[in-house]
Amino acid sequence: MNKAKIMSQLKTPAELEEFRKGILLKRDPNKPCITLCSGSACHATGSGEVAVSIEEELEKQGLSAEVDIRRTGCHGFCERGPIIVIYPEEICYLQITPEDVPEIVSQTIKEKKVIDRLLCTDPSVSEKIIHESEIPFYKHQERLVFGSNGSIDPKSIDDYLAIGGYSALSKSLSEMSAEQVIEEVKKSNLRGRGGGGFPAGSKWEGSRNAPEEIKYVIVNADEGDPGAYMDRALLEGNPHAILEGLTIGAYAIGAHEGYIYVRQEYPLAVENVNIAIMKAEEYGLLGKNILDSGFDFKVIVHQGAGAFVCGESTALMTALEGRVGEPRPKYVRSNIKGLWERPSVLNNVETWANVPLIINKGAEWFAQIGTEGSKGTKIFSLVGKINNTGLVEVPMGMTLHDIIYKIGGGIPGGKKFKAVQTGGPSGGCLPEEHLGLQVGFDELTKAGSMMGSGGMIILDEDTCMVDVARYFIAFLTDESCGKCVPCREGLRQMLKILTNITEGKGKEGDIELLEVLSETAMEASLCALGKSAPNPFLSTLRYFRDEYEAHIKEKRCPALYCKELVAYYIDPGKCKACGICAKKCPAEAIDGAKKMIHIIDQEKCTKCGTCFEVCPTKFGALTKISGEPVPPPVPEEERIIIRKSKKK
Amino acid sequence: MSEILLQIDGNEVKTTEGMTVLEAAQSAGIFIPTLCHHEKLEPFGGCRICIVEVEDRGWTKLVVSCVYLVEENLVVRTRSEKIDRIRKTIIELLMAHAPDSPQLQVLAKEYGAEKDRFEKEASFCIHCGLCVRYCAEVKKKNAIGFVDRGIKKEISFIPEIAIKECNDCKECFPLCPTSYLQAAFVLTEALAIPQPSTEPASEK
Repeated sequence: MNKAKIMSQLKTPAELEEFRKGILLKRDPNKPCITLCSGSACHATGSGEVAVSIEEELEKQGLSAEVDIRRTGCHGFCERGPIIVIYPEEICYLQITPEDVPEIVSQTIKEKKVIDRLLCTDPSVSEKIIHESEIPFYKHQERLVFGSNGSIDPKSIDDYLAIGGYSALSKSLSEMSAEQVIEEVKKSNLRGRGGGGFPAGSKWEGSRNAPEEIKYVIVNADEGDPGAYMDRALLEGNPHAILEGLTIGAYAIGAHEGYIYVRQEYPLAVENVNIAIMKAEEYGLLGKNILDSGFDFKVIVHQGAGAFVCGESTALMTALEGRVGEPRPKYVRSNIKGLWERPSVLNNVETWANVPLIINKGAEWFAQIGTEGSKGTKIFSLVGKINNTGLVEVPMGMTLHDIIYKIGGGIPGGKKFKAVQTGGPSGGCLPEEHLGLQVGFDELTKAGSMMGSGGMIILDEDTCMVDVARYFIAFLTDESCGKCVPCREGLRQMLKILTNITEGKGKEGDIELLEVLSETAMEASLCALGKSAPNPFLSTLRYFRDEYEAHIKEKRCPALYCKELVAYYIDPGKCKACGICAKKCPAEAIDGAKKMIHIIDQEKCTKCGTCFEVCPTKFGALTKISGEPVPPPVPEEERIIIRKSKKK
Repeated sequence: MSEILLQIDGNEVKTTEGMTVLEAAQSAGIFIPTLCHHEKLEPFGGCRICIVEVEDRGWTKLVVSCVYLVEENLVVRTRSEKIDRIRKTIIELLMAHAPDSPQLQVLAKEYGAEKDRFEKEASFCIHCGLCVRYCAEVKKKNAIGFVDRGIKKEISFIPEIAIKECNDCKECFPLCPTSYLQAAFVLTEALAIPQPSTEPASEK
């Protein structure tokens, strides 16, 4: 019955609602359903194999008809993936392997018994946790945008309709004028999630008021920050939400064509969004006269060729036009003159995904979440030296401390927190004293970092901050388009100077020279990439100046990280002559004679750190030395170790 | 086109809509240094040496004058401590490539730039793009283009086109602020059609 209706498309808002009811009626909320995360990161941890074995096992146990399997997008808790959640009980199992599947089917599905060993354990909670929503990683989040990822199959438009999908579009088209939609988005104070934080409503209004008849809406899915993958997870896991937001935006500004600029390194996102477009067209939710509103809209997917700079709005549009992806030098806003010189609204994936929520629940609801200047939630990609790596969505205004400790579970290995790097490569590093900072666009900028697209890299005490700056400047040097001098040449020289400092070749005056280059890049670069490129240096200098000075003046790396400034040394008082370091040393630089204190030949040592890693913790004889000479080797006659006979 | 009145370095300048600040300054005889600008070519905004300070409705910002369009009552300053400092750094960065470029040397003198402030680079090219854009926009031949990206970016003649077009043209040669362009052509020529004993390739 439903199928027949689809053939003739959903023609009116009433038909859409009726069709939705039909889907819900057919779904038995008590029927067991196994959801399995199946995003790109999930595949890397083996969710593909798990999916196959679930299907086989259900078949084998004769349960295929009685149990639904839903392969969803990323759930966010990637540290413990692949994740299975079994409904209706919401039993959550982590780090599943195909070997666990027979037991899950026979125990949990058939017998309704919870398998203890697959449950989540968390040091902050003494008991094992059964339900996904009670896991500390999830409990402190507010997953408004990202939450649906775990409950729908991104390839199924019916799944999206079942959770109320396209009702915001239907509402916009049938109950609201374009101006009202813009007014609502303006009132919500939604700001761009891609990095700039520009108010979306004002951007839309500018385009709507521009005189040209042909306008465009564009999704920026060229996510390129190292370690950031929230846009990928959204596009893979909930593509219809982005399509719906985009269509509402197109209606608001009066565009009839939309583009999704997605990097080609995201094949699953490309696949899922293409399926979503096809399905939406089939259902009449894209195309001509959508839901009898007289509004036409089509969406085209464009795959980027992998240049980071194409995330910059004008470079992205130049690339869309089929030219080399370089930013435009003109001082004209692209919402007035953008793609093909026409008014174009470009928003990031996450920004578009927020739009249906705002339309459905209202601007006032949205604006009550967050801080003064930053409303709603933000998805962060929590990576680095953190226990719970993954994607987290929190209300704006949550403190860095809560994100890192309550959700992220703190720093692994008993190490000390040193800094959090936010905002992608051109963001900045904030030290411990800023952990109380509430996340928000203005708050982060004021502290010397930025929101960016939501990258959050946690650094521990073993991280050298000069090297962090060098790393990000190297990334940006690589990704600079090379058009303007302050960025291309400025970064080239900054990288050289920073590399020299980390290699112990730093000179007096280097910091000042880096500051001059930073000013030139920030003030004179053509686009946002160059203007923000010095941030990694400036923020680390602001908070960790002593580390720069130690490298330059004392040739010492306080974090004992920079290879050229570190020497490995065996503490004669601790060495027990076990021979392990000598055996493992790839450079044969250790004299590991039996019953003799081992000695590293500093000339031969390549500083690979193997000895440091293999020396048994109970001895702890290997040390790193920086900024001071290595003590002379123990004289031959004092090297003999007389092992005490084991006392009773 | 409507007339627009603006102020550059304290002088009232009469211009027309659509003109750039650089054109307005030039029309009034006010000098702003340029490297990648050419009157026959579309504004490029690459070298950033023509950076100026504009004051518009109470806001002061730095913009490059070769791209920024004139506005009514705009106040423009072509020199300030900050502008000079940025220009000096830009010249020094470029002198790491082409320390002997006469154009750069003149600018270096004006802005007190040191030619050895930064470590020397192997390529003389300063990526002004004059040759590339002149060939594409004026000659419509595209015999030379940019290849690669960022710090690896360089100019390169396309041998198949260059062999046919360049010998009779060479109009880009005098545009080059360094000696690099000619060298690149000679190299392309030598590689494309090895000629045993005509002109030595080393002649620049």
